[in-house]
Amino acid sequence: MSSNTPPNQTLANPQAPRWWLWLVDRVAAIPAHAWAVMLVLLVMPLVADDFFLFQIFGWTFILGIVALSLMFLAGYGGMVSLIQMSVAGLAGYMVALFGDSGTTISLGLPWWFVVPLAMVIATLFGSLVGLLAVRTEGIYTIMITLAMASAFYYFTRQNYTIFNGYTGFNLVLPPDLFGVNWREPVPFYYLTLVAAGLCFLLVTYVSRAPFGLALQGVRDNPRRMAALGFNVTAHRVAAYAFASALASVGGILLVWQNAQIAPGTAGIHATFDILIIAVIGGLSRPSGPFLGAFLFVLLSTFAPDVLRAIGASGERYKMLIGGIFLFVVFVSPDGLLGLWERWKAHLTRDDMARGKGETRP
Amino acid sequence: MTTETIKSPAAATSSAGHALELRGVSKLFGALAALSDIDLAIRPGERRAVLGSNGAGKTTLFNCITGDFLPSTGGIRLFGEDVTRFPAQERIRRGLRRTYQISLLFNGLTVRDNVYLACRGVSRGRFSFLRSRADDSLMQAAEDLVAAVHLSDLIDTPVSVLAYGQQRQLEIALALAGAPRLILFDEPAAGLSPTERKDLVEILTGLPAHIGYVIIEHDMDVALRVAERVTMMHNGRIFKEGLPEEIENDPEVQALYLGDGHE
Repeated sequence: MSSNTPPNQTLANPQAPRWWLWLVDRVAAIPAHAWAVMLVLLVMPLVADDFFLFQIFGWTFILGIVALSLMFLAGYGGMVSLIQMSVAGLAGYMVALFGDSGTTISLGLPWWFVVPLAMVIATLFGSLVGLLAVRTEGIYTIMITLAMASAFYYFTRQNYTIFNGYTGFNLVLPPDLFGVNWREPVPFYYLTLVAAGLCFLLVTYVSRAPFGLALQGVRDNPRRMAALGFNVTAHRVAAYAFASALASVGGILLVWQNAQIAPGTAGIHATFDILIIAVIGGLSRPSGPFLGAFLFVLLSTFAPDVLRAIGASGERYKMLIGGIFLFVVFVSPDGLLGLWERWKAHLTRDDMARGKGETRP
Repeated sequence: MTTETIKSPAAATSSAGHALELRGVSKLFGALAALSDIDLAIRPGERRAVLGSNGAGKTTLFNCITGDFLPSTGGIRLFGEDVTRFPAQERIRRGLRRTYQISLLFNGLTVRDNVYLACRGVSRGRFSFLRSRADDSLMQAAEDLVAAVHLSDLIDTPVSVLAYGQQRQLEIALALAGAPRLILFDEPAAGLSPTERKDLVEILTGLPAHIGYVIIEHDMDVALRVAERVTMMHNGRIFKEGLPEEIENDPEVQALYLGDGHE
C-alpha cells in the first residue's frame, strides 16, 4: 500500500454490507510478498512448460495439501500423526472404487456423489484413528499412527474385494466437467492450485477461530484447557477430523494425477515423505508444507540429473536428497520457514543499523 | 477489580446448602495416603484459607476437587450436585475455577488469546470454526478481564515473554472468566514482590460477594487477611479449623509452623 490511509477507509463505504467490509479488511491485510507469490502462481502457465505445470507444480500442491493436514495437527495441535497419507490414500481408493476405473470392481457412480462420499469415508477413518491416538503423547502418537499406517498399507495389498490387492486401480480419471479435460497440464495446474489455495486459506482462517485457538491451547497445556471447561479429547479428535478432510482432498487429486492408485501410493515410504515435507518446510505456519513439498518434488525429480551432470552415478540420488534435508534441518530447526524468518530478521537488523547510522564490521 | 467485570449468575444466589462439600475423601498413591478422610464444607460466597506445611496434601485436595485426580474414597458435591466422577471440564462449567501453583498458561498465545480461551471455555461455541469479531461480547469480556488484572498494555504480547508476576496476574484473570462461583487459588502470592502481593490482596478482597474461594497460601499475612475461615492440614488430614485469629493464636498451629514439630 503506497498511501498511509488505512485501506478499509479508502475502499469501503461505511454503508456497505458487513461481509464486504470484512472482505476489504482481509484483502488489505495480505502482505506484499503474498501478493507477489499469488501473481507468479497465476501467470505460471505463461512461462512454465507442461512438465513443470503437471509434474512439478501439480505434485507440489497435492503433497503440500497432505503435508498441510499434518502441519495442522502437529503445528497447532502438537500431535505428529503419520496416518495422513493413509487417509489421503483411502480417499483416492474410494474415488476409484465408487467411480470409474479400468477394473470391474468399480461401481461407476457419478463424480458429484463419489467425491464427497470419498471425503466423508476418509474423514471418518482419520477421526477413528484420531480417537485411538489422542490418548497418547509424543513418540507414542507417532508409533500408534505409524502402526495403523502400516496396517492400512498391508491391508490394501492383501484385500482384493475393495482395494484390488497388489494391482490397485488404473484409469481413474477426473470428470469431464465444463467440457475440460482436467488432466491436461494447464487445467490440472489450476485445479490443484485452487484446491491448495483454498486449503491454505481455510487452515489460516481456522487457526485464529475459537476451534484453532483452543487447539493451540491444548497443544500448550492440555491440563489447563480442561480446567477452563474444554473437552481436550473431543477437541483433539475434531482436529483429526478436520485434518483428515484436508488430506482427503490431496488424495483425490493424487489419484487423478496418477490416473491410478496402488498400495504403494500410501505405503510406508509415502508416509515418511509427508513427514519429511512438513518438517523441511516448517511446522509453524501453513505455508511451510508447500515450501517443503516444492523442495521435495524438485529434489525427487532432478537429483539424478544433477548427480549425472557432475559425473556421479545417478543411482545415488537418494543420498543427495537425504544430505540436503539433513542440511536444512541442521541449519534451521523450523525448516525453510525458519530460514525465511531468520533472513527477515537479518534484514530488519541491517535496516535498523543503517537507520542509526551505525557501521557494521 | 470492578464488579461489572465478573458476571453474577442467578444460580449463585439461589443455590441452597453448600457451594462445596467433601465427605470422607481420601486419595492414595500406592501405599501413601496423600489425603485421609477429609470432610470439608464451604458455603456459597465463603472465603476459606487452607494452610499447612509442604506435603500436607493441600494441592492434592485441589486436584481432587477439580477432577484432575479421582478420589480413592469419599464423595464431592458442588452446589448440591454429586460431581465425584465428573471430568474436570464438567465441574468448570458448573462455576468452579482454579489457578495453579506453577503458572499453567498458553505460552504460544497472546495475553488476549489466553483470556479469550478462558471466556470461550465456559460458553458455547468451543468448536466454532468462525472467527470472533472484534466487537464480540466474549472478546469484550476478555479485554475487561485483562484490564482488571492491570495487563491492558500487554494485551497483544505473547505470554512467553511476560514477567513472572505478570504471569501470576494472568493466572487470576483466567480463573475469573465466565461466571465463577467458587475459585481455588493455589499459592497465588508465591514469588510475588511486596507490591504485587498488595495488589493481589486488593484483587481478592475486591471480588464480588457471590464468588467464594479457597486459597492455599504459605504467606500467613496474605492468607489471614483474605480469608473468613481457616482450615489447617497436616499429613493429609484436617487438623484444625476456625477463624483466622483463633488459628493465628493457636499454640499447636504455632508450634507446627515454627518447626517445633507436632505430636
